[in-house]
Amino acid sequence: MGSHSSGWAHEAFAVFGKDWLLELRTRVALGAVVLFAVTSVVAAGFALAPPSAVAAEVKAALLWVVLFFAAVAGLSRVFVVEEETRTADALRLVVSPAGVFVGKLAFNTVLMWALCAVTVPLFLVLMEASVRSGGLFFTVVLLGSTALACATTAVGAIVAKATMRGALFGVLSFPVALPPLLVSIHATKASWIDDNAWRVATGDLQVLIGFMLVMVPASLLVFEHIWSD
Amino acid sequence: MSWQIELRQVGKFFNDRPVLKGISARVTAPGAWTIVGPNGSGKSTLLRIIAGLLTPSEGEVVYLHNGERLTAQRKRQAVGMVAPDIALYRSLTALENLRFCARARGLKVRDGDLLRLLEQVQLRPRAHDTVATFSTGMVQRLKLLTALVHRPPVLLLDEPGSNLDEAGMYLIREIVREQATQGIVLVATNDTRELDYGEPLVRLGS
Repeated sequence: MGSHSSGWAHEAFAVFGKDWLLELRTRVALGAVVLFAVTSVVAAGFALAPPSAVAAEVKAALLWVVLFFAAVAGLSRVFVVEEETRTADALRLVVSPAGVFVGKLAFNTVLMWALCAVTVPLFLVLMEASVRSGGLFFTVVLLGSTALACATTAVGAIVAKATMRGALFGVLSFPVALPPLLVSIHATKASWIDDNAWRVATGDLQVLIGFMLVMVPASLLVFEHIWSD
Repeated sequence: MSWQIELRQVGKFFNDRPVLKGISARVTAPGAWTIVGPNGSGKSTLLRIIAGLLTPSEGEVVYLHNGERLTAQRKRQAVGMVAPDIALYRSLTALENLRFCARARGLKVRDGDLLRLLEQVQLRPRAHDTVATFSTGMVQRLKLLTALVHRPPVLLLDEPGSNLDEAGMYLIREIVREQATQGIVLVATNDTRELDYGEPLVRLGS
């Protein structure tokens, strides 16, 4: 047998790889988030005809509401599924709490990016949204979706052992995800209509980065206690 | 290298209901010991506390290596455990389950090494089948491999012979015998066929 290395980076990588392997085989989370998001965007695209008449702030809000609820539908299950299939203890035996959390966070983040890769172009086409600052829009989607992944992963970890986890997840996710949601909507609108989009959205981007810088270490500290017993 | 586990006045309550109270014991490698008692006496709970899966309500479990107390991370690396309520990933194959356990523990392994391990428990022909298609006896053999893949000095077995045929029971006996020559084996059981795996360490419910 090969050599042994220590540290939680390889643990997180192993959890990330295992979760993607399971996801590609079962497609439970991907199916839930993509189906919800695509259905919502297509329905909104037809219902709000002509989309060009819809205000940019309404479109921006609609985009992020769709992404938020898709995240709630799919990303929350990442810890719950380990408890339901009785594999959580196997994971506790081999992986440190930090390794589990970072691995699951990485999985949810990539899942969120995959969701955006499908949903955002479809939204832009169906809602006839013209992007003035492509660079800013890409940055906002990247940071906003990552922040949503951080929020839903943290809340998913907290509610995994609760009995009323479905209701609890919705109740807890809303206040936690509200700050990144609001600034993402504002920055998205700026990238669509403002001439000085980067200047208008600088504060929003700082909030998104700050949110993640606070949320990830705080979640790691709390998760150690939640996960262990 | 000396491995030691000390149980110091360990107690566990679930909603104020005492399951374990004042359990003290000490084991030093090498050797095998049993934790016996009737159903519901707290054998599995005690083993889960020793594994670090449950926190005791009272007392503590201390792992010592050459007299030095182990951290949670080092304790995790030192333990391998098989229990009926610890499941494998049913949508992954036997090889994928084993690969995950090895890599999560930081082992740099090749599939050839893992396939040789599967050969030892007669699962080599089913290496690429998902665990969902396995019989309960085959799952139990794979669980044993996932617990042993990192060659832990401490092996914890909760009712290891459940769902195993004679060949499986023989395999368990061989694993316990070999592990007991170099590390610590703790077996929780009330199966009369498993009582001679080691000296009784704790008798619960008596």
